[in-house]
Amino acid sequence: MTNSINEIDKSEVIFIIGSNTTENHPVIGSRIRRAIKQNGAKLIVADPRNIDIANDAEVFMQIKPGTNIALLNSMMNVIIEEKLYDKEYVDTKTEDFEKLVETVSNYSAKVGAKICGVDAEDIKRASKLYAKANVASLFYAMGITQHTSGTYNVMAIANLAMLCGNVGKEGGGVNPLRGQNNVQGACDMGALPNVYPGYQKVVLPEVKEKFEKAWNTKLDNKVGLSIPKILDKAISGDLKMLYIFGENPMVSDPDTKHIEKALKNLEFIVSQDIFLNETGELADVVLPAACFAEKEGTFTNTERRVQRVRKAVEAPGKAKPDWVILSELMSKLGYDCSYNSASNIFDEMASLTPSYAGISYKRLENNQGLQWPCPSEDHPGTKYLHKDKFARGLGIFKPSEYITADELPDEEFPLIMTTGRILYQYHTMTMSGRVEGLNKQAPESYIEISSKTAKILRVINGEMVRVTSRRGTIETRVKVTEIVEEGVVFMPFHYANGANVITNPATDPLSGISEVKVCAVKIEKIA
Amino acid sequence: MEKIIIIINGKEAQVDKNFTILQAAKSLGIEVPTICNDNRLVPHGACRMCVVEVKNARALLTACTTPVAEGMEINTHSERVINSRKTTLELMIANHPLDCLTCSKAGNCKLQDYCFEYDVTGEKFSGFDKDDLPIDDSNDFYTFDPNKCILCGKCVKVCDELQCTSAIGFSGRGFSTHVSHPFEAGMDYSTCVSCGNCVSVCPVGALMPKEKTKFREWEVKKTQTTCSYCGVGCQIELKVKNNKVVGVDPAMGPSNDGLLCVKGKFGYKFINHPDRLKIPLIKKDGVFNEATWDEAYDLIASKINEIKKEHGSDSIAGLSSARATNEDNYLMQKMMRAVIGTNNIDHCARL
Amino acid sequence: MTIFRSHVLMCSGTGCVSSNADQILARFKEKIKEVGLEKEVQVIKTGCFGLCESGPNVLIYPEGSFYSHMSVDKVDEVVDEHLLKGRIVKKYLYKESIDKDLIKSVDEINFYKKQKRVALKNCGIIDPENINEYIAMNGYMALGKALTEMNPDEVIQLIKDSGLRGRGGGGFPTGVKWSFAARNKADQKYMICNADEGDPGAFMDRSVLEGDPHTVIEAMAIAGYAIGATKGFVYVRAEYPIAVNRLEIAINQAKEKGLLGKNIFNSGFDFDLEIRLGAGAFVCGEETSLIASIEGHRGMSRCKPPFPANQGLWTRPTIINNVETLANITQIVLNGSKWFRSFGTENSPGTKVFALGGKINNTGLVEIPMGTTLREVIYDIGGGCPNGKEFKAVQTGGPSGGCITKENIDIPIDFDTLTSIGSMMGSGGMIVMDEDNCMVDIARFFLDFTVDESCGKCTPCRDGTKKMHEILDNITSGKGINGDIEKLLDLAYTIKDSALCGLGQTAPNPVISTIRYFRDEYEAHINEKRCPAGVCKPLLSYYITDNCIGCTKCARNCPVNCISGEVKKKHVIDTNACIKCGSCITDCPVNAIIKR
Repeated sequence: MTNSINEIDKSEVIFIIGSNTTENHPVIGSRIRRAIKQNGAKLIVADPRNIDIANDAEVFMQIKPGTNIALLNSMMNVIIEEKLYDKEYVDTKTEDFEKLVETVSNYSAKVGAKICGVDAEDIKRASKLYAKANVASLFYAMGITQHTSGTYNVMAIANLAMLCGNVGKEGGGVNPLRGQNNVQGACDMGALPNVYPGYQKVVLPEVKEKFEKAWNTKLDNKVGLSIPKILDKAISGDLKMLYIFGENPMVSDPDTKHIEKALKNLEFIVSQDIFLNETGELADVVLPAACFAEKEGTFTNTERRVQRVRKAVEAPGKAKPDWVILSELMSKLGYDCSYNSASNIFDEMASLTPSYAGISYKRLENNQGLQWPCPSEDHPGTKYLHKDKFARGLGIFKPSEYITADELPDEEFPLIMTTGRILYQYHTMTMSGRVEGLNKQAPESYIEISSKTAKILRVINGEMVRVTSRRGTIETRVKVTEIVEEGVVFMPFHYANGANVITNPATDPLSGISEVKVCAVKIEKIA
Repeated sequence: MEKIIIIINGKEAQVDKNFTILQAAKSLGIEVPTICNDNRLVPHGACRMCVVEVKNARALLTACTTPVAEGMEINTHSERVINSRKTTLELMIANHPLDCLTCSKAGNCKLQDYCFEYDVTGEKFSGFDKDDLPIDDSNDFYTFDPNKCILCGKCVKVCDELQCTSAIGFSGRGFSTHVSHPFEAGMDYSTCVSCGNCVSVCPVGALMPKEKTKFREWEVKKTQTTCSYCGVGCQIELKVKNNKVVGVDPAMGPSNDGLLCVKGKFGYKFINHPDRLKIPLIKKDGVFNEATWDEAYDLIASKINEIKKEHGSDSIAGLSSARATNEDNYLMQKMMRAVIGTNNIDHCARL
Repeated sequence: MTIFRSHVLMCSGTGCVSSNADQILARFKEKIKEVGLEKEVQVIKTGCFGLCESGPNVLIYPEGSFYSHMSVDKVDEVVDEHLLKGRIVKKYLYKESIDKDLIKSVDEINFYKKQKRVALKNCGIIDPENINEYIAMNGYMALGKALTEMNPDEVIQLIKDSGLRGRGGGGFPTGVKWSFAARNKADQKYMICNADEGDPGAFMDRSVLEGDPHTVIEAMAIAGYAIGATKGFVYVRAEYPIAVNRLEIAINQAKEKGLLGKNIFNSGFDFDLEIRLGAGAFVCGEETSLIASIEGHRGMSRCKPPFPANQGLWTRPTIINNVETLANITQIVLNGSKWFRSFGTENSPGTKVFALGGKINNTGLVEIPMGTTLREVIYDIGGGCPNGKEFKAVQTGGPSGGCITKENIDIPIDFDTLTSIGSMMGSGGMIVMDEDNCMVDIARFFLDFTVDESCGKCTPCRDGTKKMHEILDNITSGKGINGDIEKLLDLAYTIKDSALCGLGQTAPNPVISTIRYFRDEYEAHINEKRCPAGVCKPLLSYYITDNCIGCTKCARNCPVNCISGEVKKKHVIDTNACIKCGSCITDCPVNAIIKR
């Protein structure tokens, strides 16, 4: 997030696109509702499903899956046409505005409405609402990113926010909501093939040199493999070994068959986890890890806030904190690794990561956390980014063109399936699946279909059906609900042998993200 | 902030002009008892525990709702005030089971604490009518015992003003007033999303989490940490008895303001789950066998060295975890890069 | 315009309507047509005359003949005799209209003689469903005057000068209240009329709305102009269907005539009015609960401050005035503050409407100048207690007030005097009690009401009144113990001191005042297990005196067969088996059965 969670209270207009906030980030969802109820903030929601928070919206647009850019461009078209954009901001703080104007000129409200399957009037109303607010914030989640056009979707969002002067402003911003507790931190820590901690590029010689010196070793200067490529290389046989730590790709990643094939083709797999999950079953060695309650450390939340994780109980049996396992293994491998606490590791990381440089366990003791960038010990942390000017100087408009999803419905697979999270489960259920109450609330996978679709398929609520895509077939239970429109179906992705057996692994070439939000399926009644 | 002068318990003091009497008293280190007050909520003034005497006011005033004024003369603990609080407590306890011996809330109950402080025994109105209402345990995560409810209204207000779900409200009038939900079919049939924020604010034992392990508040050790579910970063307190997490309370973190969702509040039972991995496992002929750490490390190290030698560093890849700590992730990528010698490190940020 | 020689006024207040006023009215019209008088005699449906005890009531002018206890079958005779032949039908006249051979006109009847009608000026005179009749009585002149000749400050100053105090019970100076809202700046302000009349036995607000709805509408527009509110709500009980219906008609008529809506009297002032129905919760008469209810929330009181004049409906400055308060406004604007001050007392100018009920001959609605004594109200206007029973006390202020005994009967009534003797003005309910009323039972009755009507929010009111009620229940059922009176008083004073809103703070008043004046009755119940008034059943036993003639009727009719005795000999009641149903008393031809 460019901005902070508590700034929601200052937003006049809140635009949620591609995020089922009340189910997936409930505490933020409540905060948004509170802003509506108590401060009179107005809400715009765009989503393929009529999600709960859409009830609170001034304007709700039920867009077809994969049409985000068309909608956003169309909104910008209206805003530019009606001269509602923040001219001074655009003039002084951004560049390439004319490129944006040129691109979005092809997306009138009428054009956008047709692509997205919504009312042109709603697009106009939403555009005016967003543009006329003194300060408006934008929230999005995987509904924006998990597309082959994911990166362009994000750019379109950034364009809209910049156009109305909402970046670098308290209560505004472009705010991705991170689905997992430390996905922000894992990225910040350089658990990515192209960057070291703090997004320092592996290809830059000076960066490489810095880390070589600090780590006292030689480092490679080429970008590594991302998950989809790792899987491909496993299948091709170029990759021999995979060290999987706290992950369960057998459930979380699209096209399960493809993953299974890849993993089975490997020579050696290590799985380090708190439970023996579907992926662990395929491993050669399984290492028992301590969970969050059994170790010291830090998480970085969706608003860039670094907060402490503290040990409350002893790990079961011989399980050990991950950092202990990793440092012991590194020592075994002949690399001198003598950390005596998590705090030691943090300090080393902070010394190499400018945006974390001013953060230390001592400063985190007060339980208020610190938001990066926090470059020095006397820096209070950064509530919102791009204040006064953009990090790169001028904000650059990078117009995006609407491109269709990789897989569109056709005669054989007539329905669009989209996927997502639900309130009572978490990720691949390694944790939530072992909590009795949560499991009772959401015991099994299902597929949401509209009553019209149900009528066409001649199925009723609760009936088992067969769902097939180009990648496979699963059986699941029907949930007839008007949350989805005719022709669109939804499945939660948490369940093994569920949605991800059939989702599309096609990826966004820029970010490597898979298009799990759109694939074409058919549903058949089980006779 | 502009300051004004008030006279509180006979002493002159300077306080913020916008304060309520309660805030003013707090800023001066004077404790005024409250049950229904919560800084995050619109003051409710229902429990009447915080009444104070203000000179020239006809009746006692609730400190939580009354703003201070220049020259206001306040007495927070006069005889009149104490008597009123005592009667209020007597009335509350008169319609409350006296089962502190078996109530799990004992030790963490405001009613119990204040009755102790104000020497209220419950004898004054013993023998009077008490509620006898069925306990609602339809929700999977908490129970609601209306007989223990003192109608402070915090649950209803938290659900309405902070959680904004408005699943619960009040039904009935007068003595029959009770916390309820549409059609009174059971909490589980309401719009409740089981966030448990009502449970967290309940000052008595009316709303209680379902937890099989019995514990007393004074037996548990509390540790503040960060929730391990979604990316909001809610601050929580883990309650631990005998090395077992037996409950979660929300903490006033900057991202969550004392609120949680169902997973944060009630989703902790995986920690002590019997399925947890407790010992390293090595697969032999398709079957996992228990091993020592050294055996596991030796096997992994030899495999790494062997594959590296034969196929190069880039034939090895690592998947790190968006659920592990920064420190864990840092070390994981460092191991891949500095020890194994490859940038083949990624994690599930895209999922 | 047609000139009629005679007018037949049919009281169509709720009381008379419930006794067939509509049918009587219809028959009058029919009959008059039958005899061909429709061009000479006009039949008019009016609001309440006030003397409900004698309803259905009909007045015929120009004679001022007051026909009471009318029924459909009497109509033809009245038309034939009175209207056709000019002979007043004496036998149907109200009993006090006939003084020996003299027939008194309505104004000379005791019940009306001492009254001064300001708020009820038009009630019983005009057709409430016809705006033209209201206009003919100078209606909407006050609004015109305020909008065209006065600025808002002048209106407020006028009301301040008049000394008008809130008639809903609090007695707060109305002009001062208006000035609070007037000086607050806001994007929207609201004017609310509180017509959620809930005191048991009170019906003055209902009568005003039924008899003269336009006066309330006009006053609200004036108030709106004074405080800067363009939107008004009348919050009225759904249990008042006639009032609601007439109010709806009146609002629509006023809108049609441009007396509500945009740019009224070309002054640039807009005022819109809506009705909101209450669901019968007493607490919604309390202003913060009323606001909560209009907002769509459960009717629960909110703490003051903030006061509604600063943060009321939807947190905007809001003035809430009671119906009767508003019914005085137009008269003050038209006649001036001096005129208004010519009635009543220095600190309580003007008049007050009371609803007389209970053990009194002339139950009904009376409007008297402040300062009139209770004696005048009860004896001169009310005609004293029925059946020659002795007056014991009168409860003013309903469940929030207290009782006033004989010793204070000569106190002139105003806001301050009533408070000083432990009662209050309240909204104007006046329930008279005679020697047959048990004061402990009366206190229990009122507590029963508040226990039911407490909103349940604050502890003292919700739980405290319940405990008081339980103690009173014990006392009246013979289970009272030493210390109960002290416990009651202790609770009463704590509740008064610590309850959230006016409902709770005043709920203990009936108990406090009955203990103050009738402690001996409490003591008799507790110590001697005796109810001096013979009301509290569990404390009574039935006995047969020597007057018994042995007719066996009581024994034959006793539902539990607890009376025994031989024919023509004195019977005996087995008091242990007796269920105190009282059927024997009713059956006994010689009044030989007594309770004690």
